[in-house]
Amino acid sequence: MKSKAAGLPLSYRLAVTSRCLAAVFGGYLLAAMASVCITLLAPMPKAEAVVSGMMLSFLFYLVAFLWCFASRSAWQAWLGVLLPSLVLGVINGLAYWMKN
Amino acid sequence: MKEGFRQAMAWLHTWTGLIFGWLLFAIFLTGTMSYFKEEINHWAQPEVPVRAHDPLASLTLAQNYLQEHAPNAGSWFIRLPEAREPGLSVGWRVEGAGRRGFIEKNLDPATGAEVQARETRGGDFFYRFHFQLEMPHPWGRWLSTFAAFIMLLGLVTGIITHKKIFKEFFTFRPGKGQRSWLDGHNAIGVLVLPFHLMISYSSLVIFMSLVMPASIIASYGDNTRAYFNDLFGASEEVKVAGVAAPLLPLPALYQAFQEQAPGSRHGWIEVQNPGDQNARVRFSRHGGDGIAYQRGGGWVFDGVNGTLQNDSKTEAVPVVIAGGMYGLHMGMFAGPWLRWLYFFFGVAGTAVIGTGLVLWLGKRQLKHAKSGTQPFELRLVEVLNIASMSGLLLGVAAFFWANRLLPVGLEGRAGWEVNSFFLLWTLSLMHAMLRPGRRAWAEQLGLAALLWAGLPLLNQLSTGQGLIHSIPAGDWAMAGFDLTALGCGLFFAWGARKMWRPPVLVAKRAPKAAKAASANLIESEVS
Repeated sequence: MKSKAAGLPLSYRLAVTSRCLAAVFGGYLLAAMASVCITLLAPMPKAEAVVSGMMLSFLFYLVAFLWCFASRSAWQAWLGVLLPSLVLGVINGLAYWMKN
Repeated sequence: MKEGFRQAMAWLHTWTGLIFGWLLFAIFLTGTMSYFKEEINHWAQPEVPVRAHDPLASLTLAQNYLQEHAPNAGSWFIRLPEAREPGLSVGWRVEGAGRRGFIEKNLDPATGAEVQARETRGGDFFYRFHFQLEMPHPWGRWLSTFAAFIMLLGLVTGIITHKKIFKEFFTFRPGKGQRSWLDGHNAIGVLVLPFHLMISYSSLVIFMSLVMPASIIASYGDNTRAYFNDLFGASEEVKVAGVAAPLLPLPALYQAFQEQAPGSRHGWIEVQNPGDQNARVRFSRHGGDGIAYQRGGGWVFDGVNGTLQNDSKTEAVPVVIAGGMYGLHMGMFAGPWLRWLYFFFGVAGTAVIGTGLVLWLGKRQLKHAKSGTQPFELRLVEVLNIASMSGLLLGVAAFFWANRLLPVGLEGRAGWEVNSFFLLWTLSLMHAMLRPGRRAWAEQLGLAALLWAGLPLLNQLSTGQGLIHSIPAGDWAMAGFDLTALGCGLFFAWGARKMWRPPVLVAKRAPKAAKAASANLIESEVS
């Protein structure tokens, strides 16, 4: 849509690119962290916890993806995926440390 | 990006749909065909005879053949004829040749003689393409899984965008150009929504250990084998004893299996260490026995004294859920009627993607309708739409024509079938670039109609197993393929006829107010 998009400023395009990256990679990070978190904390035998974590991770990816395009700005999009990832990462680290 | 949650979701729906729509169309079409993989295999190898099923006799023949041709192999594999795949196939692994050294032969289930079937990948080609996209491992699987995720995203954003989901479900206004396409897109999308959600989520679950391995690494470190062993049970290879001992007749073990698990079907029959003191005979679980797919397990007998070695264990809830997703996606449990339902749901999924792509373009072309020229981006989308949809139909037809026309003895025959698929697909892309949009659609659909509707005739002329033969003989896999191809051909002919005529411009006839209102509707829902 160049005819329409030509009027769009560069900042807009960069913001869209940034949101896409936040969704694809930031969202994946969040999903992976959530997956590990469920795996380490679920009161189940090891293999079953792994299966549960992996199965549910895609829901986190989905929500993160939606968030990245629903949020008010690209900065908020990044914040919304990185902050929960960080929190989950800390929980995962603690859980991993206590298990081993 | 626009203001408001629903607008943002509509934006996401539109653009992810456009970028992944072409790929998703191909994935859905080949996936839909894969529900009839065995039937396509049967059509692609008409030399394999259809016989009355007699498992005991077939097993004796298979055992005799393997005893004669592969007495020293490490293991034998036998697949008995079934309703959907009439061939009896045997295979063995050549000692010390690694994974490559696997030999497979087709036998006549009634006589045990080798059947010289034409070399082809048949339905397996479309099945593999569906999730590997003919790309090097593991990139094809990654890409197709990501495409599945985008499909799931498209469904969720579509639901959010679609305000009056129930009211509009009963609304179909045919013959109104853009409006009809939108109604169709919505109606098909909502009607088959549970199937769409299941099929896209389950594809993520199928490849979860590939695309989301973080959990495995966190729990098992580098030792992924330990994870799979925990999950499916370690496949214990019995060591060769080095003492020769005659293998029991397999029909006797088959009867023992039937006593152990009455009513159960089995998949491959595997004989480990045939002719050795430590021979083991495994009746693997049939993929279609129950909805939830169970990997591993099966029934293992001692091949020398016939005692049962293990019992299948029960599985934990998360594993059953994951297996259930797998089973639902593959539909191996489905009987003929359910299989056809799967097929039509698959066609509906393909149609949702196709109508979406057409909508994206049509809406934007309307704005340039008066000037008669269209910007480069729109032309690009138009060409890709044509090549990815009607071009793919031509490619699939080319595969089947090559299957019948290439000489049976040709070196690398199976590869040439695949090449002709890609060749015609590429040609259709070039054709779409050279011809104006509607004309390109009409010409390609017209050719597709000829090629598809011609398949039953080609089958009759080249093998003599056309409808005149297959229907009286009750060979419904063969007849079903021919009839489906004929039906597809007629449908494409209808499409070509529509495209051949000049487009109907409803906007001109509609009163101004109504026109503005409907334009707004489309704007708010699609843009």
